[in-house]
Amino acid sequence: MIKMTDISKSFSGNKVLKNVDFTLEKGEIHALMGENGAGKSTLMKVMSGIYTRDSGIIEVKGQKVDFTSPKQAEEAGIAVIHQELNILPHLSIADNLFLGREETIGRTGILKTKQMEKKTHQILLDLGLDVDPSDPASTLSVGKQQIVEIAKAISVNAEVIIMDEPTAALTDREIDNLFKTIRELQKRGVSFIYISHRMEEIFSLCDRITILRDGEFVGERKISETSFDEIVQMMVGRELGDRFPQRKSTIGEIKLAVKGLNRKGCFEDISFELRKGEVLSIAGLMGAGRTEVVQSLFGYKKLDSGSIEFDGKQVKIDTPKKAKEMGIGYVTEDRKSEGLIVDFSVEENVSMTNLAAISKNGLISKDKERKLYDTMVKRLGIRTSGPHQAAKSLSGGNQQKVVIAKWLGIEPELLILDEPTRGVDVGAKKEIYSIINELAERGVAILMISSELPEVIGMADRVLVMHEGKITADLSKNEMTQERIMHFATGGEKLAVEEQ
Amino acid sequence: MQLKNNNQSVLQKIAPFIGLILIIVIITILNPGFLSVSNLMNVLRQVSINALIAFGMTFVILTGGIDLSVGATLALTGAVSAGMMASGMDPIFAMLLGLLLGAVLGAINGIIIAKGKVAPFIATLATMTIYRGLTLVYTDGRPISGLGDSLTFQMLGKGYFFGIPIPVVTMMVSFGILYFILKKTTFGRRVYAVGGNEEASILSGINSDRIKIYVYSLLGLLAALSALILTSRLNSAQPTAGEMFELDAIAAVVLGGTSLTGGRGWIVGTLIGALIIGVLNNGLNLIGVPSFFQQVVKGAVILLAVLLDRKKTT
Repeated sequence: MIKMTDISKSFSGNKVLKNVDFTLEKGEIHALMGENGAGKSTLMKVMSGIYTRDSGIIEVKGQKVDFTSPKQAEEAGIAVIHQELNILPHLSIADNLFLGREETIGRTGILKTKQMEKKTHQILLDLGLDVDPSDPASTLSVGKQQIVEIAKAISVNAEVIIMDEPTAALTDREIDNLFKTIRELQKRGVSFIYISHRMEEIFSLCDRITILRDGEFVGERKISETSFDEIVQMMVGRELGDRFPQRKSTIGEIKLAVKGLNRKGCFEDISFELRKGEVLSIAGLMGAGRTEVVQSLFGYKKLDSGSIEFDGKQVKIDTPKKAKEMGIGYVTEDRKSEGLIVDFSVEENVSMTNLAAISKNGLISKDKERKLYDTMVKRLGIRTSGPHQAAKSLSGGNQQKVVIAKWLGIEPELLILDEPTRGVDVGAKKEIYSIINELAERGVAILMISSELPEVIGMADRVLVMHEGKITADLSKNEMTQERIMHFATGGEKLAVEEQ
Repeated sequence: MQLKNNNQSVLQKIAPFIGLILIIVIITILNPGFLSVSNLMNVLRQVSINALIAFGMTFVILTGGIDLSVGATLALTGAVSAGMMASGMDPIFAMLLGLLLGAVLGAINGIIIAKGKVAPFIATLATMTIYRGLTLVYTDGRPISGLGDSLTFQMLGKGYFFGIPIPVVTMMVSFGILYFILKKTTFGRRVYAVGGNEEASILSGINSDRIKIYVYSLLGLLAALSALILTSRLNSAQPTAGEMFELDAIAAVVLGGTSLTGGRGWIVGTLIGALIIGVLNNGLNLIGVPSFFQQVVKGAVILLAVLLDRKKTT
């Protein structure tokens, strides 16, 4: 059906796809797996015409194609259903289904509403969904909206449907329904590419699987001839080397103890302890609720219930300001939207969390501000053209260091780092690891969220694994293996690990 | 503050100034009388009220907000101060109460916007109507006069200080203070920060709600100060005072190169923006453009300036 050979793609010198091969047969459900940043989305975007490849060949039904826009891919029968559904909630179901290709009376622009609603009803009925097509789309559950998206795809005669994490927001019953629909369409000859982190789903639904790692093709297996363990190994199997510098810290008394933290729809019953000088990592897949947990600890998101003890004292942290005053720092996940003010200079960004320290009676001392900047630039090895360089013109690694610098200024006792090395090159990564080590050696308690398993294993003294809002494992240094973490992160049961 | 950040913004910042010079040159060629000292003083005095409001508007717009209620705030505070003076209250006390009222009216805007999470445009559109309505209720729709002959009050709008009109002095002193606050204080830095990226600011431990309430209060205070100047000038408070002032103030801020999305801009630009509007008002009169047509020219100049600004940034 589709054959991609030797596909490469770089973004500003960074090779995201390296000679990847991918083959999709007619009428199969093909899983695509890999860690975050492995290149799955990029590959799919190349296939669906959103990106153009740098090199390689794409053949659809044996014919070479060169998509330059998503529209062309759609005309060739390739449809994409994104994780964020493309549903306009206030329009009717029928309007959504016919969006952009409405049926009208001649060219008058007058809609043939009844006719479209009738067709919509029939198409959805075929997919096992009996709804009134004139209802607003918002009355449908997310699962049903997904079916509408699929209906949209097949009503433009899509022969290949790419689904990106379709089950992330669905209940078990909705997932069953979705799978039924997918299998039904499979019988009619529609092919699916199914991107997911959920191993169980892939084993119950898919026929074949392709695994990517670091932008490279690792292998392709028939689902019936492979195992959980083999796939996990293929996904994470890379050398650790000495990418992680040594740390000589002594783990001290308990700094932070949380019990039974709950936030509806995000996480439940989160309890753990974190000691001085300890690096505790929270691993898990995207959407497991890790960021929400730390944002609640930092006072940015509200908790529904639970208790937090800081230095043995019961505390309530309801604003980031309070967290900061207690000595908690938070290096955010998304540096551009949460960490930096991109129009500000580097110096001004560093000052952001330290305005009280560099001012007297509300007046900013230029000298103190410059001194803080100089200290941080030296301490973290930030490469800038000067204090006035705009933060937006720095490289990712240097931007990340600026965000860390903001928090080092307050001399934190507890530092939360959310994906501290995402989008950062290898050299800067190691520097960031050294900074984390140095802080831990000084007795700072470190709470680090990371989706990169080698990073977790290389850096953490202990790891909490989260799956769908719950802690599924608490592993000490010698219990950590990538396979085990991945197992718990994808919802595996405790028992299965004991059997290994 | 961001002047030194990159070269592009330097050009962007002197552009309004070049525009002002250009307009002055054209008007002077058409009528050299424009450059006489007495006329220039006249222009500055006419500019002062709009400039004061526009300075406050700069703070609000820098946080990513907007305030449509300033004109009504001006009317209400002016009327209340005048009413108290007319009823025999100590003029200084009456003026202080007027300023306080302005700050409170502004704080109400800020609280609705920050705590009530209402879009600034809508919130201040509503309070604009409410404040204007309260003014009409208070004045019964009639001007308030008979304000007494307190020297302080009379000087505020009509006096001179070494030959410079007091309103101009007030404007320049306010400018100096506000420039300093914006550039040198933690408050000023936080104003830019909240407008530049509110989420990052909150996550840096900045209380963005408080900053917003402060900037609207500041604007309310400056509107009240303008009200006192205007009331003194006219020796009466008009219930319809300040109509459309909010738009002139916003125009001055935008002409000065401050971004309506917040986080970028400076108060020097606003002063120049206010001068451009003032010079146009005065100059178009001097060169004999019919008054109905003046509005068309003014609007066209604003549009042109903003379009040129777009072109540079993209």
